[in-house]
Amino acid sequence: MAYNEAIKKAYQEELASLRAAGLYKEERYIHTPQAAEIEVEFPAGTSPRKVINFCSNNYLGLSSHPEVIKAAHEALDRWGFGMSSVRFICGTQDIHRELERRVSEFLGTEDTILFSSCMDANAGVFEAILGEQDVMIADRLVHASIIDGMRLCKAQQDSYKHANMEHLEEKLQEHQDKRIRMIITDGVFSMDGDTARLDEIVRLAEKYDAMVFIDDSHATGYLGPTGRGTHELYGVMGKIDIITTTFGKALGGASGGCVSGRKEIVELCRQKARPYLFSNTLSPVIVATTIKVIELLSQTADRREKLLENTAYWKKGLQEAGFILKESDTAIVPIMLYNAKLAQDFSRDLFEEGIYAIGFFFPVVPKGQARIRTQISAAHEREHLDRGLEAFIKVGKKYNILGKTKEEIIEMYGL
Amino acid sequence: MDEMQKTILDYVKREYLEEDQEITPDTPLISSGIVDSFSMVSLKRFLEKKYNIVIPDDRATPQAFDTVNKICELVRAIQEGR
Ligand SMILES: Cc1ncc(COP(=O)(O)O)c(C=O)c1O
Repeated sequence: MAYNEAIKKAYQEELASLRAAGLYKEERYIHTPQAAEIEVEFPAGTSPRKVINFCSNNYLGLSSHPEVIKAAHEALDRWGFGMSSVRFICGTQDIHRELERRVSEFLGTEDTILFSSCMDANAGVFEAILGEQDVMIADRLVHASIIDGMRLCKAQQDSYKHANMEHLEEKLQEHQDKRIRMIITDGVFSMDGDTARLDEIVRLAEKYDAMVFIDDSHATGYLGPTGRGTHELYGVMGKIDIITTTFGKALGGASGGCVSGRKEIVELCRQKARPYLFSNTLSPVIVATTIKVIELLSQTADRREKLLENTAYWKKGLQEAGFILKESDTAIVPIMLYNAKLAQDFSRDLFEEGIYAIGFFFPVVPKGQARIRTQISAAHEREHLDRGLEAFIKVGKKYNILGKTKEEIIEMYGL
Repeated sequence: MDEMQKTILDYVKREYLEEDQEITPDTPLISSGIVDSFSMVSLKRFLEKKYNIVIPDDRATPQAFDTVNKICELVRAIQEGR
């Protein structure tokens, strides 16, 4: 079949309906390395503007850190650019295995297997270790890549209300007849910035004989007393059976991810996980540089402490100004606006003020819960945060929402 | 409200809604974003067990599950072999 007029028209109509529904995504071209201050070309074709970045996952400010760049240069010279092979043919250098060892050590797990991304890790892991006799019980707000991975797996699916431990307990009771019960959750939920109560989850898992899976993409490197992640924060290191995470956020932000956890599970992934078997190995530059990043994190807590201080300062400033923040215990700080159009307008006005922060609304978050999501970084200096607060307050005054309750904002702008 | 409407409405409330959320048998659930289609799996399982039926995957669509009334319609259709 050719790419005929009818097909073309159908695609064009689908694109048009995305535009009409306000769901069409536009890329914004950044003319600088990733940092606290970047130059953004938006709309496309206009001259780039200098803005302060409040929407990257560069939590520790390592994406363009001089030592990280230096390590990457050295790795390129030492190991080459690419491997042109999947891992099990001729795509495994000693540094790939070294990174797996370092990640296991860092996360406190038995073993680790690298993937091209955490999306791939999540897509591959469930199918590799669960079958029809098993059940996957997921928090309803887990990341899309987990949902995709669950869909690829033959085990039964179930879910519990976000963070609702009673509901999870009911589900665990209901599924006592299955071979394996696996509780599945994000460590940090990326839209709300809240954390999964892993102490409670582990307690339930022990009581009802279930395994625990967490995706710690938004935590690895900075959350918990030494930055190991959400399991460290809740004092349950060694009790999580599977951790997936990404190198594409706090850990330098290039790309790559992994499944880390019980030895046999990792071994099975190496034999069976399709994104591992049928996709090219991680570039040596990324592998060697991520090793360096983990070394940096183990040497000093400075960046983590700065991130904590920055986040506390940012939240306090917004709260004192009268914004409503979503309860969050991470560097993700959502400012609630409830109405989708208000969130879009607010974000656009912030951009005019030199502040880059994105509005999120349905279907990315539930209807009536539109927000601006800000993400704080150790790369932010006090001056960046102050300029951010100034702009937020200016735009907040314009829309008359400072000090207003949720009901008052909804009354003014609707849901 | 008949018995089936009530049973299904109660289940939907318990399984998917927070305490302050109210719905009627005609409230759109999926298209309105109150419930995401991923979570609907548990509803399908509940209906199959409760009414002793098998809902084929191609009939368990987000459209067919969008309101309590539509769900009742689907269950009846399958019960009657339609
Ligand atoms: C919770 C979560 N899991 C997985 C991913 C995907 O990670 P990666 O970019 O490595 O595919 C993301 C990032 O968007 C995420 O937020």
